[in-house]
Order: sequence, then structure tokens, then C-alpha cells
Amino acid sequence: MLYRENGQFKTSYRADQQVFPILQDRVAIALLLTLAVVAVPLLASEYLMRAVLIPFLILSLAALGLNILVGYCGQISLGTGAFMAVGAYAAYNFQVRIDGMPVIASLLLGGVFATLVGVFFGIPSLRIKGLYLAVATLAAQFFVDWAFLRIRWFTHDNPSGSVSVAGLSVFGFAIETPAQKYLFCLAFLIVFAALAKNLVRGAIGREWMAIRDMDVAAAVIGIRPVYAKLTAFAVSSFIVGVSGGLWAFVYLGSWEPAAFSIDRSFQLLFMVIIGGLGSIMGSFFGAAFIVVLPILLDNMPQWFGIPLDTAMASHLTFMIFGTLIVFFLIVEPLGLARLWSTAKEKLRLWPFPH
Amino acid sequence: MGPFLETLLGGLMVGMLYSLVALGLVLIYKASGVFNFAQGAMVLFAALVMARFADWIPPLTGLNNKFVDNALAFAGAALVMVALAWVVQKLVLGKLVNQEGITLLMATLGINYFLEGAGQALFGNDIYKIDIGLPKEPIFLFETTFPGGVLVNQEDVAAALIAAVLVALLALFFQKTPTGRALRAVADDHQAAQSIGIPLDRIWVIVWAVAGIVALVAGVIWGSKLGVQFSLSLVALKALPVVILGGLTSIPGAIVGGLIIGVGEKLSEIYIGPMFGGGVEIWFAYVLALAFLLFRPQGLFGEKIIDRV
Amino acid sequence: MKSRSFAYATALVGTALAALLAAPGAYAQEKEQFFPVLPYRTGAYAPNGVPWANGYVDYLKLVNARGGINGVKIIFEECETGYATDRGVECYERLKGKHGGATLFQPLSTGITFALTGKAPADKIPLVTVGYGLSESQDGGVFKWNFPIAGTYWVAADAIIQEIGLKEGGLAKLKGKKIALVYHDSPYGKEPIALLQERSKMLGFELQLLPVTAPGVEQKSTWLQIRQSKPDYVLLWGWGVMNSTAIKEAQATGYPREKMYGGWWSGAEPDVKDLGMGAKGYNAVAMQHGAEPGSKVVKDILSMVHDKGQGTGPREEVGSVLYMRGAMSAMIGVEGVRRAQERYGKGKVMTGEQTRWGLENLALDQKKLDALGFAGVMRPISTSCADHMGANWARIETWDGTKWVFTSDWLQADEQIIKPMVKAAANKYAEEKKLIRRTPEDCQT
Repeated sequence: MLYRENGQFKTSYRADQQVFPILQDRVAIALLLTLAVVAVPLLASEYLMRAVLIPFLILSLAALGLNILVGYCGQISLGTGAFMAVGAYAAYNFQVRIDGMPVIASLLLGGVFATLVGVFFGIPSLRIKGLYLAVATLAAQFFVDWAFLRIRWFTHDNPSGSVSVAGLSVFGFAIETPAQKYLFCLAFLIVFAALAKNLVRGAIGREWMAIRDMDVAAAVIGIRPVYAKLTAFAVSSFIVGVSGGLWAFVYLGSWEPAAFSIDRSFQLLFMVIIGGLGSIMGSFFGAAFIVVLPILLDNMPQWFGIPLDTAMASHLTFMIFGTLIVFFLIVEPLGLARLWSTAKEKLRLWPFPH
Repeated sequence: MGPFLETLLGGLMVGMLYSLVALGLVLIYKASGVFNFAQGAMVLFAALVMARFADWIPPLTGLNNKFVDNALAFAGAALVMVALAWVVQKLVLGKLVNQEGITLLMATLGINYFLEGAGQALFGNDIYKIDIGLPKEPIFLFETTFPGGVLVNQEDVAAALIAAVLVALLALFFQKTPTGRALRAVADDHQAAQSIGIPLDRIWVIVWAVAGIVALVAGVIWGSKLGVQFSLSLVALKALPVVILGGLTSIPGAIVGGLIIGVGEKLSEIYIGPMFGGGVEIWFAYVLALAFLLFRPQGLFGEKIIDRV
Repeated sequence: MKSRSFAYATALVGTALAALLAAPGAYAQEKEQFFPVLPYRTGAYAPNGVPWANGYVDYLKLVNARGGINGVKIIFEECETGYATDRGVECYERLKGKHGGATLFQPLSTGITFALTGKAPADKIPLVTVGYGLSESQDGGVFKWNFPIAGTYWVAADAIIQEIGLKEGGLAKLKGKKIALVYHDSPYGKEPIALLQERSKMLGFELQLLPVTAPGVEQKSTWLQIRQSKPDYVLLWGWGVMNSTAIKEAQATGYPREKMYGGWWSGAEPDVKDLGMGAKGYNAVAMQHGAEPGSKVVKDILSMVHDKGQGTGPREEVGSVLYMRGAMSAMIGVEGVRRAQERYGKGKVMTGEQTRWGLENLALDQKKLDALGFAGVMRPISTSCADHMGANWARIETWDGTKWVFTSDWLQADEQIIKPMVKAAANKYAEEKKLIRRTPEDCQT
């Protein structure tokens, strides 16, 4: 009843091809953006912003990057943590070694280096697929972990191997308070989400999806697998690298290679799969699920007044996490994004049953 | 020459232990096409059950004979793993029958998390001891030929022997028993096996149960070496390059792959490691597997992947 | 997809969102001193984290049983970090404002300490890192809010070198010897390297660095290398399961355990219990205390906390090495608050800033320590603006197969070497983070 396209006529190709063709969608997105940009920094508590929203934003950016590789191009990668690490350390080196380097430039350059590493470790995808590729990308993960622990140049000869940045500022605005950090990450996320959405709707996105669905057939009709796969790795690693830089600079402030370990890679893969493979929106849902759930489960004993010792709470978190993952996979294997699309479909008919 | 032999021997022993863990992975993949990411958690869980049962049985039954104690604990743990296999099949795999590989992989990751949490919640997270009487002191061979002799770790040798016996038993099981033959039929072609009346559900429970018992043996051996604690599940990560190298569908591949990875790792760490400051073995195994894959994408002994358009 | 499952799934997601947005009930302003606890009771490092946490919490309970800090009761809350930096940061953010504000934080993890060192000054909460953290944080001129009380990694490494020197018949005898360092490949494990390299230059011994990738269960190649290079001594800088694995591998390759010296995070019961006689002779440096089952504070905890059924953790654990470390860490935090109360008002709840002053002006002489129950366990601690460490004494303990016993006199780290290193590293940190060294006036506040 409310969510109908009745009366909305498009008079130009451009209007027809826009990302949100339905007016209600456009209004909803505008509201959401206003909420995110204006209301949240004013109303949310510092804890909510620092511990929930900022990690959510950064990890959804990373999930977005990974979704392009895994969801749209079908190449399973378990080395995402490594690419985040490359982005973070490259950005760090630019920031610290060059005086007066703008933060945004460092982060983007970090992304560029992550791209180079990503394409290098993506080369095996030309020869191997599926599970074998996943394990091959683990080589990237462990190699990069080791490289940042061992090669002192990367960590600016810091004897302990732990590095930190402080005093970030963009065009004179400091990025110190939670609200400023939140807006900084949100800006990156909005820009990259828009870019990603348009990429996947374009020719290259279609090439990726063709490779994912049936790569032999795609090659037969003239899509170059090398170009498609390597560009997928490149774009994905760029986004993941930038998100790694953000994670290190904005959220952690001071980090070591263990912050980008294999657990991080698995976590991102979970996000993408639970959220929905091949869906930009799915990356957000997945990130929300994975970031918010453990915190919720940790806090729940207190809210419900059940005294639970922290170790048991932590174990229960693991168990419930595992159970929920299996539950969601059984109930909706295509992820939360599909749940959302189904809801929207039903909403179009509401209040009629069919 | 002496140090080289030592490294070689050490690598072979460790390789056998890796292949033990990889064996479970291959069994499950062969029979049901599911890549079981939860194998590490199964090893840890099985070892925890055995260690705790071994602790709890003497006070409960008053028996103090270590051999009987361990045997009972092993039997108990085996039963638990069979029950676990049944539960996994019923609640997880049974409901995800026709899904894509990646969904099943994620489901096993979910099981992995669940088992890690459940194991620690039920049994605690101290370091537990498994004592099956393996000797801890080293012996030195060929002391006259090489200065200092060649170090042979008795515990590792015993472990390798146990692993070899297990593989032989499994081979016998697969070749000579009807259930084994049914498993091989299912591994070959699910639909054909179903069409001649082999119940797929029951076969999958059996496969997971066998993999569970293999995980138990691996857990007992690793637990005896390192003590049973959380990091045991990380050993399974080392099994991944082993199966990749050997081929996901081949049991001899798991063994050979394990030996190659074990030797490669130790040699790389001792001879190449010092050039880079050490710590290379963690990624060397993967890079080695990757290099093999570039020349033989299906692994050494795996089935050739045929894509039909 | 069936509509029933769809309904379940939507309900689940909806409940989760609603629960998160519904803010939890505001905590009333308590007239109590809030001590957050950041333990790791799960994960690969739990066997060592659990006794520390139990000791910490038990001591806080003891203080409450004795009447609180001049009448102010302590309230504490645990937040599990699993030794992961991001979880530690989340716990910090969650707890820092609760119950009227956190008094201080003790993260028990070098990684989390690094991350919080950047955040704590802005939130004005001191970080107490008893025996860990950045070695250069001893310099209070740069690290206003960090307190590595009673020792850092450089102190520990130096103590070991001195003990080895004593065993060899003088530090000069170390020339030409070979010492290997088996370390956890992380900022924690790398900490002693700077000091050992300095000492190696000074005394002429060869230093072999052998990193072990976390969590440290793969050490076969490390110990085969040791067997081949035959160092005279092996220093172990591990944590969690890496410690017991190292000693097990030492046994498996036949390296004499008497020649092994562990840092103070590698010398506790969980590391050697399983091996029993197999680890006999293994030494570790003890930061002032070791296993102290006979001390008065242990007796007090048993009688006033455990006997009343309030004990955290099993009774047998009370008095073990890591338990004592937790208790000692708690004691230092409490004494910091008590000292702050002397200036800002006895019997009042202290803020983080006030506690910082208290920690910077600790003057725990032997009489006070004995009264608290630490006679024979600890030596006097006295901090100042320039020196946030307060004491640099250590002892060597050895595992005799069933328990830890002290096998050396009190050793003191050589300040002549450590002080310039600390200053240089602190200056480098200040330069990188664009901090200014504190002025003498600032020290007086």
C-alpha cells in the first residue's frame, strides 16, 4: 500500500537507471543518511559511538571490499586481514615518514599498496579455484603477518613492532572526539559504498558476476578472465586496505600485526556470508550482526540481571555465535540481505496477501 | 650431515602428526563433499573429553590402573564423538543438503565456534594433561658417526607408529568391510550410491564418526605432546596446506602431503630462517602448497577437476 | 523460504536491534571506588590469566573485608578480553565511565597497554602495568599516565644477565659465551631485545634471537636450532602455552633445564606443572615475589575471603606465583588510591586524576608492606615524577620438580645502563606522538 511504484513515471533513461528508482526508497535513504550524519553524533552516547558504531562503519567498509571479491566475483579469499594490515602499515609509513602528509592521502596510498599486494596474491586465482584458492590466500595472511613482525623498516624501526599514530586532522579539523571520528569514517563509507554500487552495476560488475556464475562460459563469450579476476582483487584490496588504515588510525590508535590476524579474516568472511553474498546492503547487515552480537551477548547477563562469570559469558558468546551462524545458514542461506529483500517484496503487496 | 638428518627426521615425525589431522578432513570431504573447518575444534574437543574423563574416572570408580583408566577414557571419548557426529548430521548437515560448498563451509565454521565455546564451557580452560605413557626423553643414534649423535624424539616415533597403525586400520576398514565399501561408493558418486540403496544419511553419520575418532587419536597424540589447551585447534590450520598439497580427496595424499609439509617446514626454518631472522615456517608451508598448486591445481593425488559448461 | 522460519529470523533480528537501542538502566552514582578488571579467562593465554585475575579480585575483596580504603568500599567489574587488543579497547570504553568512573586500568597485556596508552591520557585514567607494558614508560616525564611499577622487561632481562654473571664467576666471564633468546613473536616478546643487545655489546657475549610465532605451539625447529648452535644459556620470553611447550621441547631435545632462564611471565605453575620432574632445574626471574603460600597476606585472604565462601577460584591456587602477581598488582592500585586520599581527602572517592598523583608519589616502605602482609615478599617501592617504576629488585626462582623455590639473593638491575636507554626511547616516543616532556612545575601538581 505504501511501497508502490504507482504514478512514478520515468521520462529519461537516466532517471530509469538510477540506483533507487522508487521514490519511497529515495526518501528512506535520505532519512537514513540524515539520521546517520546529523542525529547520531548528537544523540548517541560516547560508548555507543566509540565501541559499536565506529567499528561497525570500518568493518562494513572492509566487508564491502570483500563482498566484491567473494560475492560478486566468486573468488574465496581468506587473506583479508593481511590486506587490511598492508593498508594500515603503508598508511602509517606515509603518515610518519613524510612531514605534513594529509591523512586522507595516506589512507588512500595505503589502499594503493594493498591493491598491489592483493593483485600479486590474486594471481593464483587464474589457475586455482574455490577452496584451493581460499587456502592459497592464507599464504598471503601468514606471510604478511610475518613480514610486519620481522622487517623493521615497515614499523619505522620501532623495537617492539607496535606502532601508533596520533593527532589526526583533516583540512584543519581535528579527528579526536568520538563524533569527529564517526563522521570521518562515515564519509569514507558513503563515498566508497556509492562507488562500489556503481561499479557492480556497470560493465565490470557484470563481468565479475559472469565469472562467478560460470567462468568457462564467460571466457567463451569473450570476457577476459585475467582482467576480470585481477580487477576484482584490485578493487577489493583497495577498499579493504583503506578500511585497514581506518581501523588502525581511527579505532585502535596503536596496533601490532596481531590486530589483523587470521581471526579478522574469518570474521570478515562471516560478515559477508551472513550478510549476503553479492549484495552491497548485505555487507552492512553482516557487519552489524558480527559487531553488535558479541557486545550484546556480553552485556545481556547484566541487563537481565543474571549473574554470569565473564569466562562463561565469553564461552556462551562463542556457542551462541556458532549456533546463530548455522541457524541463519539453514533458514536463509542467501543471507540477511535476502531476508530484507523478501521483506520489501512482501511490503509491496501489503496489506494484501498476494 | 648430522644436523640435517635430525631435521629431516624431526620433519617426518611432525609431518605424520599433521597428516593425522588432515586425515579427518579428507575422510569427510571424500564422502560428503563438505570441507570440515571444524576439524581443529573436533581435535581439541575430543582431547578435552579424554583428558577430563581420565581425570574423573579414578575418583568415580576407584580404579587406579593407568592403562584401564586411559582405555575407559578413550572409549568414553569415542562414544562422545560418535554422538557428536550424529547431532551434527541431524541438526546441521541434514538441513543443508543441497546447498553450495561455501554455505556448508560456513556451517562447519559455525560448528567450529560452537565446539570451541562448548569445550571450554564444559571442561574449563586450564592446560590438561594426557598421559598415555609415551617416553619424553630423547635418544641419540649414531653417536660414533656424528658428533653428538642424531636426535630421535621417542615420543614422536611412538606417535608416528600409532598414526601408521591408524592409517592401516582405516585402509582395512575401507577395503574389507561392507560399510567401508559403502563409504567408497558414496565418495565416488552420491547419486549412484543412493540409487542402489545406500542410505546417505547414515553413511554421513558414520563418516563424521570415523573422522571424529581420527580427531580423537590426533588429539590424544598432540595432547600428550603439548598438553590439552585451546591452541590445539590451531594445529588444524597446519593441516590445510597438507590437504591442499595432497589433494582433498586422497588419503595417501594426506600422508604424503603431511610428510612433505613437515620436512619442508623444518628444513626451511633451520636453513632459510636465519637469513630472514626466523619465524618463516608459519608461512612456508602455505607458500609451498601454493607453488605446487600452480603446477598441479588438484594437488598431488587429487582427482582432476573437470568443469562442464 | 517458509514464512515460519522467516518470522523467526525477523523476530530475532528485531529483538536484537531493540535490545541494543534500549539503553540499559543508568547506574546510580555509587559512593564506592570502582576498579575495573580486564582479565582473560578464555583463549590460548587463559591458564596464566586466570590465576592472576583470581589474585587481583581476591585482594580487592580482602580490602573490602578489612573495611575498604579508609572506609571507602571497592566495587569491581570484570570484562573478558581474551588477550585481544580490540576486545580490550572495547572493554575499556565500556567500563571507563561506569560506577562513577574507573579509578585505574590494569590490562595485563602489552598489546592492550599499547592501545590504551594513547587513550588513557585523554580520559584521565592512569594505567598501572605492574611488570609489563612499554619499558620506556618508566619515564614519567613523557608517560604521565603509565605506571610500570616494580619492574619492566629491561629490569628483568638485566637481572637474568647479572645472575648468569654470578654463576659464571663475574660479568667479565661472559665474554665469548653464547646466549639464545627464545621469544614470543609480538611486542611483548621483543621488549627485552634492546637491553640484551646493549649488554651483548658491553660484555661481549653472542646473542642469538629465535622468534616463535604466537601462540607458540610450534617450537620443534627452534629447539633443533638450539641443539645445533649449543648456546650456553637460553632465555625464555614466552606467555601462555608457549612456556610449557618450550620446556617440553627442551626436554625432548635434551637441553639442560638448569641453563634456562625465563622472564617473569614464563615462571609460574601452569608452565611447569605438567612436566613435574621433567622441568626440574628450570629458572625464572621473579619480580620481587614468587610463590608465597606462607605469607601473611595469603593467610589473611584464606581466612577473610575464602573461609567466608567468597573466594574467586580454587583454594589451592592461593599463593601461587601468578596469583601473587595479581594480588600485588591490586595492592599497588589500592595503595595508590590510599596515597591520593592523603592529599585529597581521607574517606572520599578518588578520581582517576587524583589516583594518578597517588601512584606518582607512592612511598611504600618496608613497615607499610609488612603491615599489609607482604613481609619478605616485597621490597619498598617509591615512585616519583621522573621514575614511575619505583623499584628495580628481582630474585631468581627455580622449579624443584614440585614447587618454586628462591635460589638467589635480591638482584638489582643496573640503572646506569637502563636509565639512558629509557630516556632515549621515551624521547623517541614523545617525538613520534608530538608530546612535550613535562616541566618540573607540572611534576609538583
